[in-house]
Amino acid sequence: MSETLSARLSHLAVLEAESIHIIRETAAEFANPVMLYSIGKDSQVLLHLARKAFHPAPLPFPLLHVDTTWKFREMYAFRDQFTAKHGLKLLVHQNKKALAEGINPFDHGSQKYTHAMKTQSLLEALAENGFDAAFGGARRDEEKSRAKERVYSFRDRHGQWEPRRQRPELWNLYNGRIDSGESMRVFPLSNWTELDVWHYVLKERIPVVPLYFAAERPVVNRNGMWIMVDDERMRLRPGERPVQKRVRFRTLGCYPLSGAVESSATTVEDVIAEMLEARVSERQGRLIDHDEEGSMELKKREGYF
Amino acid sequence: MTAAEQLKDSNQDVQRFLADHSEKELLRLAVVGSVDDGKSTLIGRLLYECNGLFEDQVAAVKRASAGEEIDFSLFTDGLRAEREQGITIDVAYRYFSTRRRKVIVADTPGHLQYTRNMATGASTADAGVILVDARLGILPQTRRHAYIASLLRIPYLAVAINKMDLMDFDRAVFDRLATEFGEFARTLGFEQVRFFPISARAGDNITLPSARTPWHDGETLLGWLESLPHQRRLDGAAFRFPVQYVLRPDLYYRGFAGQIASGTVRVGDEVVIHPSKRRTHIASIDTFNGGLQEASAPSSVTLRLTDEVDVSRGDLIAHAGQSPLVLQHLDAMLVWFGEKPLDGSRRYLVKHTSKYVPAHVEQVLWRKELEDLSEVPAQSLSLNEIGKVRLVCKRPLVCDPYQDNRKTGAFILVDPLSNDTVAAGMILGPAESEGAGSRESRSLISAEERRKRLGQSGAVLVLAGTPEVQEGALRLERALFDLGRHVATVRGDAEAALSLAEAGLLAILYTPVPQARLGLREQLRDAGIPWLELEPSQELEHQVKQVLAAQETTP
Repeated sequence: MSETLSARLSHLAVLEAESIHIIRETAAEFANPVMLYSIGKDSQVLLHLARKAFHPAPLPFPLLHVDTTWKFREMYAFRDQFTAKHGLKLLVHQNKKALAEGINPFDHGSQKYTHAMKTQSLLEALAENGFDAAFGGARRDEEKSRAKERVYSFRDRHGQWEPRRQRPELWNLYNGRIDSGESMRVFPLSNWTELDVWHYVLKERIPVVPLYFAAERPVVNRNGMWIMVDDERMRLRPGERPVQKRVRFRTLGCYPLSGAVESSATTVEDVIAEMLEARVSERQGRLIDHDEEGSMELKKREGYF
Repeated sequence: MTAAEQLKDSNQDVQRFLADHSEKELLRLAVVGSVDDGKSTLIGRLLYECNGLFEDQVAAVKRASAGEEIDFSLFTDGLRAEREQGITIDVAYRYFSTRRRKVIVADTPGHLQYTRNMATGASTADAGVILVDARLGILPQTRRHAYIASLLRIPYLAVAINKMDLMDFDRAVFDRLATEFGEFARTLGFEQVRFFPISARAGDNITLPSARTPWHDGETLLGWLESLPHQRRLDGAAFRFPVQYVLRPDLYYRGFAGQIASGTVRVGDEVVIHPSKRRTHIASIDTFNGGLQEASAPSSVTLRLTDEVDVSRGDLIAHAGQSPLVLQHLDAMLVWFGEKPLDGSRRYLVKHTSKYVPAHVEQVLWRKELEDLSEVPAQSLSLNEIGKVRLVCKRPLVCDPYQDNRKTGAFILVDPLSNDTVAAGMILGPAESEGAGSRESRSLISAEERRKRLGQSGAVLVLAGTPEVQEGALRLERALFDLGRHVATVRGDAEAALSLAEAGLLAILYTPVPQARLGLREQLRDAGIPWLELEPSQELEHQVKQVLAAQETTP
C-alpha cells in the first residue's frame, strides 16, 4: 500500500485533531461549559484550538478569568485587547471577600494567598454561574502529579479532586456523566509538551503576552529568582533595590510570585532555542509548586487547577 | 542524537530543527511489566537518553540516587508516594522524542489492578513493550499481558528480556525465552513480535547496541520504535465519520463537525448517513484554515453536504457501498472495571463514538481464565475479569467489529447510578442468535397491558430553566393528578424519570439549569420513550393542554 495522507500527519497535527475532538465533545455533552483563561501561552493555544473547533460559528461557551488582581499589567492589557478584537465573551471573577480582608501575596504567604485568590475564587465562580465543565490548559509534562491526570477530571460537589474516583479513560471515549452540583475539569492539552506549545505558537502565529520575550525590566533577586517590580504595590525588603535586567518569563502568574530568567530571546524561535539548550523545567520558576513536598497534589485535591 | 546535540550540530539552526520536528509522527507506546521487572528503570532510561527530562529533574534524581550510578527508576516513580497512601492511579503518561517520532508512553503500574491499567494504556497504543525478567522467565503475568495487548489489538509487540547482565548475557537463556514466548504468541494475531536482550539498568540494547550481545542482530529497542510502520491500518480502513457537533452559525451554514475515525474523504464523494440511510454527497470539507479537497483520519474537520438531510450528533457518515453494521443485539468482549460485578438485571449506558445508548447484558457467554487463557462458563464478571457477553441495546449502534476498526468497534459501559466507567468493550459482531429478548420483553407485563390498566401511556415531561421551576413542576403534577393521570415528579435524574415512564407513569423531570435541556434531550431520544418539552414560563393551563394533546396522539 502506498503511503497515504495520514501517515504523513505530523505529531502537531495529530495533537491538534485530538484536542479539537475533546473540545467539541465537551461542548456537546455538558449543559454549561466554560473555558478558563489565564492569559498565558497555554491559554492562548487552547483558545486558538477552540476557535478552530467551532469555526465558522462563535465559541459556544464564555471565557473565565479568575483574577487575583496581582497579574502583570501587560497581561491585563493583552487580555482586554485580545478578547475585544475577536469578540469573545469574557467573565472576570475576583474573590471579593478575600480582597476585602486584604489578602495579598506579601502578608499571607503564597499558600494562603493562592488558596483564597485562585482555588476559592475559581470554585466560587464555577458555583455562581452553574458551570458544569471547565476547560483548562494544563499539560501532563508540567509536573509529576499531572502525569496521571485524566483528560476529563472529575470533581465532586465541593470542587475537589479525589484520585480514587478518577475514571479510566479508554480510546477517545470520555465519560462526561455527572450529577447535579458535580463538575468536570477538561484538559485538551494533556498530551502536549512545552516544546509542542511553543512550536504551535510559532506555526500558527498565535499572539502571546510580550512578557515571554526578553526586555529590560526592573527586578529584584529573591531566593535566587528574579522578581519583577511591576507596580507600586510591590513591597521591597530591607536592602532590596530594583535593578534593570534583560529578562523574560517562562510561565506567567501573579507578578510577585513569578520568577523571571535572564535571557536574550526576543522571538519565538529564540525562546525555543533557549529552551532546547536550558532543559530546565518551566515550573521551576513557580514559587507555589515548591511550598512543600507534594504540594501540587494537595492543591488539586482542594480544587486548584 | 539528542535534540540538544542536533541543535548544536546545525549551528543553532532552530529553523532546521523545527522543520525536522514538524515532520515527526506521533507514536503511542504502552509499556507493561510486573513490579520488579524493571519497567520504571526502562522508561526512565528512555526518557533520559532521549532528552525527555529537564536538568532540575535529573539533578533531583542524581541527589536521590545512592552512589555513582543514576537510579533511572526514580524518574518515573512519582507514584511511590501515592502507593504509600494507598491511592491507585491507573496510568501515567510520559513524553519523549526520537529523531523521527514523538512518543507518548502509557506507563501502566503492573502490580495492582493490572487488567484495568493495561487495557487503559493499550486501548490507544500503536505498539507495546512487555518486560520479562530473564531470571524468572515467562510468567503467567507475561502471558496475561500479551493476551490483553492482543485483545486490544496493539499491532506491534516488543518483548524486552531484561536483566540479561545478571545472566551473563547468555544467548541460550535469551533463545529459550524467545522461543517459549513466540510459540505462545503465535495464536494471538500480532502483526509483529520482536525480542530484545536488554539491561535497562546498564543500558544494553536500549538506545545503543550492546557489545555484550554480539549474537544479537544489533537492533535496539529505540531503533525498533523508529522503524515501525505507522497508522497504516487506519488508512486502509473504510471511511467513518461520527458526527460530534452540528455547526449552525446562521441560516445559510450547516456543518457537521467531527474527527475522522478512519479512512479518507474527498469533496464530491457519495456518502450515506447512518442509521437513516439517506444518501447525499460531500459539498465541502471545512477547517479554520480553509477548505480541503480531501482529509484523512485522524483529522478533525467539518463536513457540509449537498442536500438538506437531517443529521445530528451520534449519526455516522460513511461512503456509499461501505456500510457499517447496525446492531441492537451484539456480542462483545468486556473488560470489567466496576467495583460491583456485572449485573444482568441492570441498565447500563453504552458510550459508543459520540452517543450514549441504554443497554443491558443479556448473557455472559464465557469468562477468560487468565492463568491459562481457557474459556470458562460464568454468570457474571467481577473487577478485572474479561469475558464474552451478549449485549442488548435500546437503540442500534452504527459500528464495525473491533478487529476491523478500533474507533467504531470500541465502547465503554457507564453505570448510570454512580456514573462510573465500569467496563471497556470491543464489538465482535451481531449476536449469534439475533432477536433473543429486548429489555421490554424481559418483563412479563407488556407496555400495552400497562396502557390498558392505567388508561394512559408513560412519558417524560421536561421542564428546564428557571429558578422557580420546582414550583411549576409541582403545580403541573397536582393539575395532572387532579385530572386522573398517574404522575410523579423527579429532579434532574433522567434515568429515574425513564424508569417511571417505562412503568406507565407521566414523569415530570425538572432542572433549574437552563442549558440542561440539551443533554436531557439526547438521553431521552436514545432511550426511545415518548417525551415532551414544556416551557416553564408558559401558563399552567397551556402546559396541561399540551400534555393531554400529546397523550392522545401517542399510540
